[in-house]
Amino acid sequence: MRTRTRWIWALVGLAVFASSCVSNAQQDALNPQGPYAQKSYDLLVPVFWVATAVFVVVQGLLIFFVVRYRRRKDRPAQLPPQIHGNNRLEIAWTILPALILAGVAVPTVTTIFDLAREPEGNVLEVSVMGHQWWWEFDYPAEGINTANELHIPTGRPVYLTLCAVGLGYEDKPTPSECQPGPPDGDTPAAVGDGVIHSFWVPELAGTQDVVPGQANTLVIQADEPGRYSGQCKEFCGLAHAYMKFAVVAHSPTDYEAWLRDQQADAVMPQPGSLAATGMDVFLNGQCIACHAVQGLEDPSGNPVVANGGPDLTHFASRECFAGCWLQNADAEELARWLDDPAAVKQGSWMPDYGLTPDEISALVAYLQSLT
Amino acid sequence: MASVSVPTEGRSRGLFRRPTATTGAWSWITTVDHKKIGILYGVTAFAFFIVGGTEALLIRLQLAQPNQEILSPSVYNEIFTMHGITMVFLVVMPLSAAFVNYLVPLMIGARDVAFPRLNAFSYWAFLFAGIFIYSSWFLGGAPNGGWFGYAPNAVLDPTRGMTFYAIGLLLAGVASMVSAVNIAVTILNMRAPGMTLFRMPVFAWMSLVVQFLLAFSLPVITVALVELLFDKRFGTHFFDSVAGGDPVLWQHLFWLFGHPEVYILVLPAMGIVSEILPVFSRKPLFGYQFVVFSGIAIGFIGFGVWVHHMYAVGLGPIANTAFGISTMIIAIPTGVKIFNWLGTMWKGDLTFPTPMLFSIGFVSMFVIGGLSGVTHSVVPSDYQQTDTYYVVAHFHYVLFGGSIFGLFAGMHFWWPKVFGRKLSEGLGKATFWTMLVGFNLTFGPMHVLGLQGMPRRIQTYPEELGLTFYNLVSTIGAFTIAVAVLVFLVNVVLTQRKPRGEDADPWDARTLEWLTTSPPPEHNFDEIPTVHALDEAWHRKYTETEDGHVLPVPAGGSGSEPAHGGGHAIHMPSPSYYPLVASLGLLFFGYGLIFSWWLAGAGAVVLLAGLYGWALEPSAE
Amino acid sequence: MQEPVAVHAFESEHEDTSTGLPNTKLAMWIFLASDVLLFGALITSYVVYRGRSVVGPYPNDVFDIPYTSVSSFVLLASSLTMVLALSSIQRGDLPRMRLWLLATALLGLTFVGGQVYEFTTFYEEGLSLTTNLFGTTFYVLTGFHGTHVAIGILMLLSVFSLSFGGQITQRDSLTVELVGLYWHFVDIVWIVIFTVVYLVPTGP
Repeated sequence: MRTRTRWIWALVGLAVFASSCVSNAQQDALNPQGPYAQKSYDLLVPVFWVATAVFVVVQGLLIFFVVRYRRRKDRPAQLPPQIHGNNRLEIAWTILPALILAGVAVPTVTTIFDLAREPEGNVLEVSVMGHQWWWEFDYPAEGINTANELHIPTGRPVYLTLCAVGLGYEDKPTPSECQPGPPDGDTPAAVGDGVIHSFWVPELAGTQDVVPGQANTLVIQADEPGRYSGQCKEFCGLAHAYMKFAVVAHSPTDYEAWLRDQQADAVMPQPGSLAATGMDVFLNGQCIACHAVQGLEDPSGNPVVANGGPDLTHFASRECFAGCWLQNADAEELARWLDDPAAVKQGSWMPDYGLTPDEISALVAYLQSLT
Repeated sequence: MASVSVPTEGRSRGLFRRPTATTGAWSWITTVDHKKIGILYGVTAFAFFIVGGTEALLIRLQLAQPNQEILSPSVYNEIFTMHGITMVFLVVMPLSAAFVNYLVPLMIGARDVAFPRLNAFSYWAFLFAGIFIYSSWFLGGAPNGGWFGYAPNAVLDPTRGMTFYAIGLLLAGVASMVSAVNIAVTILNMRAPGMTLFRMPVFAWMSLVVQFLLAFSLPVITVALVELLFDKRFGTHFFDSVAGGDPVLWQHLFWLFGHPEVYILVLPAMGIVSEILPVFSRKPLFGYQFVVFSGIAIGFIGFGVWVHHMYAVGLGPIANTAFGISTMIIAIPTGVKIFNWLGTMWKGDLTFPTPMLFSIGFVSMFVIGGLSGVTHSVVPSDYQQTDTYYVVAHFHYVLFGGSIFGLFAGMHFWWPKVFGRKLSEGLGKATFWTMLVGFNLTFGPMHVLGLQGMPRRIQTYPEELGLTFYNLVSTIGAFTIAVAVLVFLVNVVLTQRKPRGEDADPWDARTLEWLTTSPPPEHNFDEIPTVHALDEAWHRKYTETEDGHVLPVPAGGSGSEPAHGGGHAIHMPSPSYYPLVASLGLLFFGYGLIFSWWLAGAGAVVLLAGLYGWALEPSAE
Repeated sequence: MQEPVAVHAFESEHEDTSTGLPNTKLAMWIFLASDVLLFGALITSYVVYRGRSVVGPYPNDVFDIPYTSVSSFVLLASSLTMVLALSSIQRGDLPRMRLWLLATALLGLTFVGGQVYEFTTFYEEGLSLTTNLFGTTFYVLTGFHGTHVAIGILMLLSVFSLSFGGQITQRDSLTVELVGLYWHFVDIVWIVIFTVVYLVPTGP
């Protein structure tokens, strides 16, 4: 085989190989697991094939012309006919692509409007707050608030209202429909800057951005129970890569059970246990400045409410924390985080409080008791 | 043979006499010759290409494996931001400007551009803008908010980086803006006798469209950057949602510039390819008028698609639909160009020296990038694709496989004209094939990575996402590209050591620059040619019979023209140092905006002094 | 050719450029076209944010339409004097040109002075650059315009003083014409700003 032809086949082979998919992708837009992701996918696939057909035609012609019209022994140097153009061809190759695009445009437009419509039926409404650099989930009707994991029932549309939370200019919290005003007039209920994020769980839906001052909406729905990986897609600063989350879909009965567990107050530790010591550290230290635990009271008798950090009431019921990057069940990771958050996640707004190793192990025990 | 004389007239009003040097280092600093300026642009842009490429290699090293900490998040954010800024503003734009500057006057039969000192000013302002932006590494931190600098993140970032970004790009914008006016006037006003607009080479046409794109898009980003600068420096509220402002306003203003910008980045390369394909097919560009009109159409429609960068922002289904459709529409003139390039090769007498390889590579790679672009216009699919590596794949296919390949084609093609010797063919072929393989290895897998879960602008990723293998392949590809660039540099060094040749037309080409010597004299042509047809140079060598057959014109035949105004002295513009002075003033002003109002004031004074000296210096010493 | 080609009084004279327009005039038109987009983006920012300030003062609290109408008229009058300056030099009447150029510059200075006074008053009434969206967009928009006027005044005074040194003659009426084009453009932009910002009624 001639060298050039060999190279061409090698390149084609490489292209085919390269187009084979990642084997164990977890955030896979090509693996829709719900009707809304399915709609994007159902457009992606046929358009991909149309594009492939065009690709084959154009590259094929290119290769064919290169081979057929090259100068070679039986086709020596010559001055070929100086063809200047062909108006009919010009019209044809203007109209044909236009027709193909028109064909693609129709389902595109209908799907745009379809995806923008408010869902009907037994809709679950959740407010999603994008912080630097973690996700907060608030269920207004159910009265619960979680972080890092969005639990939903299968088979029901989940209508998400997306808000960016943080401090804007002059350290004032960014206005947000999702977040009611700060607990008391002056203290901002926000930590970190209010910047644009993007909520993306590809197996369940395409993205929508999370913009300060705006309340965007997104509908997701899972067909099957499972854990669906997602992360922030819009560059949002230092720890953008570390702003993941998971959507955990339960069967309807399991979801109801989960909901009841979440609505309960926090588990109180056994008196005298390491966890109880941890609770004391938690209440008397700076933790309650930002973190909420339902059912706890601070030394002055006030309930411990959220003020910029994730709600920790049922911390141990979740698998991941710190932007869903670390594991709650891993005591060592938890200890490292409590010791120096910014060393684990550069830019983290959670301060290093200089906790002693004893305080840290007590806290770990307490947090891991909050099922 | 006409002689070049420099007339003495007028008294010197400036502090120093107007410079006269035409050789040596000082001549490069005071030059107003479009050819020297083109070379300056080219060398500087290529140096920035090496820097931007190194930044890319660092990114690829960091991403080759999951959970690495070769670059911390803060450094990584600076590196990927600078990579984008460098490649867009300090490489592709000035490298294209190198070709536009060097070739357009030659191609239209002019002796220089309309405003030679303004041309020099553009170069110096560009160089200083690049130095300014890069000096930020040492002065408080490099830009770290992405080349797109979205608010509020860019405003709220506590380092100086995005302030350097705003001012640096404003400086670069001034350079491009005055250049746009200069080249547009040159093309419209200084064509040789007989060169109607439709006898102009396609490269000149694409350059003209680009200058208008620049003239109309740069003001919009100027406003955006000023608003960003004011928000950061003075506490205004342009993008402050707390005060009722809208961060999305930044995106609108940025992309109103940013989308025409991508056509600014690719049209010159398309022009280059439109010149090279006919030469090595030995037949004219197929459908010349259609290629020209499609370029103009792309320019116009290019102002109507900007929201396709913002589908996920939440503007609503009506806006998304309108811009989805306009984005599909712009695919049509792009396709027209591709088919016409294919038509050029059809039934040609094809040979494949390096310029032709890169040009064919351009067509091939650009089609892939264009097709992935069409998939972006399908808005619901874009909800998945946007902000992932799929987009990174798309724009690298059109900007690297497109623009950079086209610019490499141009470098190999016009090297003999500019420097009097051809680049080595063997090394050129090695450059091409290594680059083609490396490029596809780097960016091909990114289509898959994007669709299967990898967002953009992330410093690392966890192992469980399954992204490791293709990231590693991509990194290997990136280093392969580096090898190709090294081969090219070796080629350049070895070639420049060879003695200069005498060949005015080594490729048997079609346009006017091949009529003059290699390299051209300072005055470009001894006699300005009179133009009778498109591809005038070709028609002086070959005549067409009625049935389209081509015959060489006998030597010394009707190709030679009676002397057109020949015999009297040709006045060429004298060198000047005021463009350098004025741009230095701008540079000081830029630093002053960050560090000290006194410095800003001094910069303004130097700028004004430069401008006045420029306006009042005699036309020659 | 790098110098502006010496032109005579009337443009219909033969110009050896492909379009027949002198290079510098074509350049000025293209530059002014781009400047339209500059002001377009600034005015758009103003309009998009109109009515969205969270705190006052608001436009109706500070605007003094009669006052600004007078200063707008001053600027408009300066366009008239500019036209008179151009026609003077086209006739070769240098003293008259100097008179009208000076008048134009002085009227421009009056306009700018009027704005300085106006903005000082606004500032004392509580409207600064950073008070609210209105202050932000208003001052940046009018500030850009004022800077353009200032540059125009600089050009007018430069041509004025150069004319004493024999640098500006009847052959150089193009230079005056170019300054005039710029000046009229700045005036037209003001008419748009005055209409959109001051005159178009907004909510409370």
